[in-house]
Amino acid sequence: MDSYSLFSLVKHALSGHKNWQPAWRSPKLKPHYDVVIAGAGGHGLATAYYLAKKHGITKVAVLEKGWLGGGNTGRNTQAIRSNYFYPEATEFFDHSLKLYENLSQELNYNIMLSQRGTLTLAHSERELEGLQRWVTAIQINGVDSEFLTPAEIKELAPVIDISKNARFPIAGGFIQRRGGIARHDAVAWSYARGADALGVDIIQNCAVTGLDIRNNKIQGVKTAQGTIGCERVGLTVAGHTSVLAEMAGFQVPVTSMALQAMVTEPMKPFLNTMIASPVVHVYMHQSDRGELVFGGGADTGNSYAQRGSVPILEENARAILELFPCVSRMKLMRQWAGIVDVTPDTMPVIGKTPVDGLYINGGWGTGGFKAIPAGGDTLACTIARDKPHSLIEKFSLERFRSGELVNEAASSGVAH
Amino acid sequence: MAKPDHRLPQGGRINRDKPLSFSYDGAVYQGYEGDTLASALLANGKRLLGRSFKYHRPRGALSAGVEECNALVRLESGGYVEPNARATLVPLYQGLSAKSQNCWPSVDWDIQAINGLAARFLPVGFYNKTFMWPSWRFWEGFVRRAAGLGEAPEAADAQEYHKRHAHCDVLVIGAGPAGLMAALQAAGSGARVILADEQEEMGGSLLWEQDEIAGIAAAEWVRSALGELAAQNNVTLLKRCTATGYYDHNLIVMAERVSDFLGPKAPVDVPRQRLWKVRAAQVVLATGAIERPLVFPNNDRPGVMLAAAVRQYLNRYAVAVGQRVVVACNNDSAYRTALDLQAAGVEVVAVVDVRADSQGSWVNQAKSAGIRILNNHAVTNTKGRKGVTAARVAPYSGETPGVARWLDCDLVAMSGGWNPVVHLYSQSGGDLDYVEADGVFVPQGRDYIQTAGSVNGRWLLAECLREGAGAGVKAAQTAGFEAAAPAPENASADTLKQGPTLPVWKLVDESSDKQWIDFQHDVTLSDVELAARENFISVEHFKRFTTTGMSVDQGKTSNINGLATLAQVLGKAIPQVGATKFRPPYTPVAMGALAGPDLGPFYRPKREMPCHDWHAAQQGDFDDAGYWQRPSCYPLAGETRQQAIKREALMVRRGVGLFEGSPLGKIEVRGKDAAEFLNRIYMNNVPSLKQGHIRYALALNDAGAITDDGVFTKLGEDHYLLSPSSAAAERFVGSLEEWHQTAWPHYEVIISPVTTQWATLTLAGPKARQVLQKLDADIDFSKAAFPHMAFRSGALEGVPARISRVSFTGELSYEVNVPASYAEALWRRLLQAGEPEGIAAYGLEALIILRLEKGYLHIGADTDGNTIPDDIGWGAPARKKAVDYIGRRSLDLPVYCQGRRLQLVGFKLLGGRGEQCIEVGAHSIESADTASGMRSTGFVTSSCFSPHLNQPVAIGRIEDGRNRQGEVVALYYDRKTCRAEITAPVFYDPEGERLHA
Amino acid sequence: MQQIDCPWCGKRNETEFSCGGELISRPQDALGADDKAWTDYLYFRTNTKGVHTEVWRHTFGCRQWFKAERNTLTHQVVNTRKLSEETGEGHGDHG
Repeated sequence: MDSYSLFSLVKHALSGHKNWQPAWRSPKLKPHYDVVIAGAGGHGLATAYYLAKKHGITKVAVLEKGWLGGGNTGRNTQAIRSNYFYPEATEFFDHSLKLYENLSQELNYNIMLSQRGTLTLAHSERELEGLQRWVTAIQINGVDSEFLTPAEIKELAPVIDISKNARFPIAGGFIQRRGGIARHDAVAWSYARGADALGVDIIQNCAVTGLDIRNNKIQGVKTAQGTIGCERVGLTVAGHTSVLAEMAGFQVPVTSMALQAMVTEPMKPFLNTMIASPVVHVYMHQSDRGELVFGGGADTGNSYAQRGSVPILEENARAILELFPCVSRMKLMRQWAGIVDVTPDTMPVIGKTPVDGLYINGGWGTGGFKAIPAGGDTLACTIARDKPHSLIEKFSLERFRSGELVNEAASSGVAH
Repeated sequence: MAKPDHRLPQGGRINRDKPLSFSYDGAVYQGYEGDTLASALLANGKRLLGRSFKYHRPRGALSAGVEECNALVRLESGGYVEPNARATLVPLYQGLSAKSQNCWPSVDWDIQAINGLAARFLPVGFYNKTFMWPSWRFWEGFVRRAAGLGEAPEAADAQEYHKRHAHCDVLVIGAGPAGLMAALQAAGSGARVILADEQEEMGGSLLWEQDEIAGIAAAEWVRSALGELAAQNNVTLLKRCTATGYYDHNLIVMAERVSDFLGPKAPVDVPRQRLWKVRAAQVVLATGAIERPLVFPNNDRPGVMLAAAVRQYLNRYAVAVGQRVVVACNNDSAYRTALDLQAAGVEVVAVVDVRADSQGSWVNQAKSAGIRILNNHAVTNTKGRKGVTAARVAPYSGETPGVARWLDCDLVAMSGGWNPVVHLYSQSGGDLDYVEADGVFVPQGRDYIQTAGSVNGRWLLAECLREGAGAGVKAAQTAGFEAAAPAPENASADTLKQGPTLPVWKLVDESSDKQWIDFQHDVTLSDVELAARENFISVEHFKRFTTTGMSVDQGKTSNINGLATLAQVLGKAIPQVGATKFRPPYTPVAMGALAGPDLGPFYRPKREMPCHDWHAAQQGDFDDAGYWQRPSCYPLAGETRQQAIKREALMVRRGVGLFEGSPLGKIEVRGKDAAEFLNRIYMNNVPSLKQGHIRYALALNDAGAITDDGVFTKLGEDHYLLSPSSAAAERFVGSLEEWHQTAWPHYEVIISPVTTQWATLTLAGPKARQVLQKLDADIDFSKAAFPHMAFRSGALEGVPARISRVSFTGELSYEVNVPASYAEALWRRLLQAGEPEGIAAYGLEALIILRLEKGYLHIGADTDGNTIPDDIGWGAPARKKAVDYIGRRSLDLPVYCQGRRLQLVGFKLLGGRGEQCIEVGAHSIESADTASGMRSTGFVTSSCFSPHLNQPVAIGRIEDGRNRQGEVVALYYDRKTCRAEITAPVFYDPEGERLHA
Repeated sequence: MQQIDCPWCGKRNETEFSCGGELISRPQDALGADDKAWTDYLYFRTNTKGVHTEVWRHTFGCRQWFKAERNTLTHQVVNTRKLSEETGEGHGDHG
C-alpha cells in the first residue's frame, strides 16, 4: 500500500503519477471466510477493518450489492457530533467522535474532519429552557457543550438573521465545538483501503441473495456470485436491514424512509459552522467545496426509492431562507435521497440476533454517518467475541421486547 | 488599436433598433436587444470570460446555452445579485452589470493561476493524500478560500417569487422542431396542452439553423406554428421556463424566469421567477441534445468552442466569434458550421475530420464550396495563452502517419457528436439504451412518457418533426383524446442525408499537456487514468474521486466523455461502465423560487385569539405557543416585565384576574357509545361521571407514555365535551378520529372539534365569583349551586355561555366559554364589572407561576415521551382500571415494573439569595465512575420565584423521588452546582381549600 | 410528489395526507396479549420492499383513514380502499 503524504505526492508527481497503487484490490470471491460482512458502507468496511486490525481476523469478505460506500455513506450530509441526552448514547457517539479525531492518521487518508462546531438553535425562551436540560445532560455525560447568545451566534455565522421580527427569532442556542463534518466518501474509501491492506476481500457488485442457516446457526451466505461458507455474518445494510433480516427469519423494528439532502452551487466561504434548528426543522453547513449542504425531515411514507420529492425540498428552502435571507438568490444544484432505517426510539439496533453467528448493525435512522467508526469497532468486537461490546448493550434488539427503549428523541425533544 | 468588432453587419435575430449598454468588470459595452450577455461580450471581442475552479485557467464561453461551464459571472449588486450566472443564458437588458468571479485581481490577470504551475502536484484526490499533518483543520481555511466559485450574496433578496400548480393532459417539454410538432398534434385533439421551453424564444435550433420546413424558412415556420398554438385556448405556452425536475406520478417542476430579462428594473409587482408544479397525464420530452466536446491537449483555451455554438452565435446573434476558424469533428453536423461561416465571409481554415470520409449532404456541400477538408485528421493541441492562436493537426489513424502541423486560427469549432438530454427521463426512473453507432445513451421509453427528436438520437430535422408529431398523437391518445395520425410535414431537409458518426473519446495517446474532460472542475484525461490506476473504476467512484460532472452544469458536457474515456482506459465497453444517475434539478434553481412567497408572516402563519386586538392594544409581549400569539404579560406604564408578571400573579392570589385561554382544546363527542369510547381513550374512568360534572384525565399513547392531560365534561346523556391542553388540541382530535376509524369503528360516536368556535375567558381568584355575580346571568354561581369541577350552561349578558369551574391556578376559577364573536365584548364587560375588585388581565407568565406554585403539571415540559402515570403519582388508578384503554397493556411491560424510575417531586433551594431560582434543566447528580465523575439522577423541569410564597419553587423528576422527600441533592447546571431539598411537588394550598372556596 | 387516490375524494397530492405506516391490527384482547404479541404490535413491522399494505389519512381533506397498497420501491399506488371494505380492522403506527 502506498503511504500517503505530501512527500509521496511530490515523489509520484515526478513520475507523472504513473506509479500509484490501487486504493484497494478487486479480489475474487473465495469459497470460505471466517466472517462475511454484508454491505460495504462505512459501517461494514469499518467492521472489517477493526476485525482485522484489533482482533486479527483477516479471512473476511465484505460483500456489496453495488459499489462500496454507495448507500447512505455516500449520500448523507456528513454531520458528526456526540451531544446526546442519555449517557449510553453519548458514550457510544463520543467513542465514535474520538475515533474520527484520529482516523486520518490511523488510516493514512485525509478524511477532512472539520471540527467547526455543531450549533443548535432555540427560537423562544421556552425552547431554550428545553435545551437547558439537554445541554446539562451533555455536560454531565462529559462532552463539551456551551450556550451561545444571539450575538455570539451572529458572530459565528454572520449571515444569520437574529432580528426580533423574524418569524421565529433566535433566542439562543448551544454548540458542541468538537462537532463538525468529515468527507463522507473519504471515510468509506479510507476504511476500504485500510481493510484491504490487512487482507480483507471487498467484493463489489455481489449482492447477498440468501443466508444459509441450519439449526439456528449461520453456515454461509448465498450471493450473486455463488454460495460461500463462513462462521459468522455481520449485516451492515442501512436502509435494507429488514430485507436482510427477513432472509434470516426475524424482524427488526425499523421503518425505511427516504431522507433527502441538497446542495447549492459552490460559493466562497460564508458559513463556518454546522447549524441545526429543531423548530424550523432544517440543518445546514457549507462544504469545503463551497456548496451549502442542507436537509430536513424525511419524505412521507415508507420508501425504498432513493430519490427526493418536492414538498421537503420546498419546506427546507423556506426554512433556510427564514434563517439566512441572503441564500434566496443562490441556486440549488442537486437533490438526492438515501434510505434510512428508523427505529421507534431513533437509536440503533446493534449486536446479536436470534440466529447464532449472525450479528446486526442498523437502524441508525438519520444519524448513521457519525456512528461509523464506533459502529464498526463495536460490531467487530461483538463478532469476534460473540458477546455484545459494552458500549452497545443498551442497543440490543431485545430492548423492543422488554420496553427498555433508549428514547433519545422523547427526552431531548429532538429527532436524531 | 481599434476595438475588434465581431458583429456582422446584418442578419441574426437581434433588434438593431434597440441598442443596449451594459458593463462587464466596470467597462461599458454595447449590445442589442435579443443578445445574451455572452453574445454581446463576444461581439465586443471579449473572449476571456471566466476562470476554472482549481487551476484558475483562463476560459471563454464553450457553448451558447444551458451547458455552459466556463463563462460564469456575478450579476448586479445588493438585493439583485446573482452569483454563478451563465453568461450564455443571461438575456441582455439596458444597464446590465456583470463581474467576473473566482479570480483576483481580474479575470485577465488572476494570481491564483499559479495553481496551474503546481498542477502536477494537484492530481484528483490530492487532498485525501495530504494535509493530514498537523491536521486538516489547519489547512482547511486555505483550501476553502481557494474553492467555491462566486461570492455569496449578502443582502436579502429584493424580489419575490410565486408558485403555480397546474394540471394538463399533455405537457411538452422543449419547443424545438419535435416539441412544436408534438404540441400541435396534441392540441389538435382538444387535449389541455402545456408547452414549456427554457429559452427566451421558442423554436430551439430552428431559430438559428439554416433550415426550411414546408417550403418556408424554419424561423418563419416557428412563428406560424406558435401563432397556431397561441390561438387555441387549450394551450398554454411557457417560454423562459425550464423543466428542472421529474418527480413521482408525473409531477414536473418548472422554473419560469418571469422578469429576469428586465433585471433590477423589473416592475415591483411582477415576481422574479415562478415555480410551476405541473401534474401531467402524459409528458412529451423533446429535450434535444447537447454537443459533445472533443478531448485533446489544451482543448480548454478561450476560442475553443462547440461547433453548434459557433453557428448559433453566427446565425442567431450575428456574431462571428473568430475570423479564422478550424472546425474539428467526427460527424456531419459540424460541416454546417463551416458552411455558414464561409457564407458569412469568415475564413474556414480547414475542417479536420477524424473520419475517412462521409457522403452526407452537408459534407458534399462543403466539398463543392471548396472548403478544405482534412479527413483522417484530428486537432491534437492548441496554442495561445489567453486565446487560441493556432491548432495543431495530425493524422488521426491510418497506416501512414503523416506529419503534424500547426494551422493558424483564432477559433476552433469542435464537435464530438451529440449527447441526448435524457436528464428528465432518467429522473423519472427510466432506463437508458446505449447506441453504439453514435456513442449515445437514449431513453428506452415508458408508458407515461413519450420522447421525440434528438433526445432519441434523431439528428435530421425531418426525423425530429415526424417523431414529434407521432409523440404528440400518442400522448393525446393515451391521455384519452382522439387524435388523427399526423400529416407528414414537408421538410425540405427530408432529402438530406447524413454520414455515420465516428465516436471518438481521446485523440492523442500521450501528451504532456492536459486534456480537459470536465472544464469547470479541471478534470483531465490523466485524472481519469489516475482514477483507473487507483481502482476508482465504478462509475460513481470515478465521478466522486475525480469530481467529473459535479460542477454547476452537473456534467452536461463532461459526463459522457468522462465515462467513455474511463471505459477506454479499462478496455471495457461503455455500457459495462454504465452511467451515473441524473439528479434534479436539470439546471440550478434559485432557492427563492423553491421557497416561494410563503416566507416571513406567511411562513407558518400566526394565529390570533378572539381578543387579540385588545391584547395588542395593551402593548404586551406575545409568546408564540403553537403559532398562537399569547400575551406573556401586560406591563403598566413604568413597569418592567418582571414587575408586571409578579403583580399579575399576586393579583390572582389576592383578588381576581382575567385570562384569555381560547386556544384550550374543545372537542364534542356525542353518540350512544360516547362513554365507552372515551373510556378507552382516557386513563380515567369515564362512565361514572355524572351529568354537569367535570373530571381531570390523562391520555396515554399505546406505549404507555402520557401524551396529554385535560378535563372532560358530561354535557348530557351520550354527550361529552373534552378539553385537551392547548398544545394538544389538534393532535388530540386526530387521535380520537384515528382510534375511532381504525380500531373501534363500531362505536357510534361523532367527534366535533369546536376549539375555535368558543372563546375561553378565565376568571380566577378569590373574588372571581363576586365579579360573575354582577353580570346578567341565568346561572346560580353560589358555592353550593356551582361547586368545583361542575359545569353550567346558560346566558351571560344574553350570550350563550358554557362555564366550567376548573382551575389551573389553584384559586376559585371559572372558565367562561362564549361564541368567539362575542369574546371581546364580554372580555370588556368582565373587566368593567371587576373594576371595584381590582381586576386586570394576566398573561401566560403569571399563569406559569401560579400553576407551578400549585404543582400542576405542564405535559411536555414536566413530562416527556418516557413518562408513565405512575411517575407523576397516578400509578394506582392507572392499573386499577379494568378496561383496555390506550396504553394500559404497556404499563405491564417489564420496563415499567422495575428499576428506579424518575418520579415527580418538588425542589426547595437551599442557600439561595434574593430571588434566586433553580435553573430549569438543572440535573440532580451523584458522583460516579464516568468521564465527568458524575451521573444524572433526574432533573428540574419547571422553576420560578413565587411572589406569593416569597421563595423559589421548582418541580422535576428524580429517581425514586417519592421515597426521597426530605433528602438533599446536588443540582448541576452549566458547570455550577447548588443544593436543594426534595419536597412534595405542591407548594401552595395542598389541601385545596382555595380551589373549593 | 406522490399522488394518492383518496377513496372518498379522489386523487390528491401527498401533501394533503399523512401516512400511518403499515396496516396492523391492535390485538383484540390487549390485556390478554403476551409481551411478545404486544411488542410485535407496538414496534415490529414488515417494512416491505415492494407492495406494502399501509394506512393513509386524508388529513387536509375528508380526514378519513383508508388503506392503500403502494409499492415502496417504485411509489406506484396499486390501489386504495376504505377501511370498511376490508374484513378485519387495522390502523397504523401511533407515534
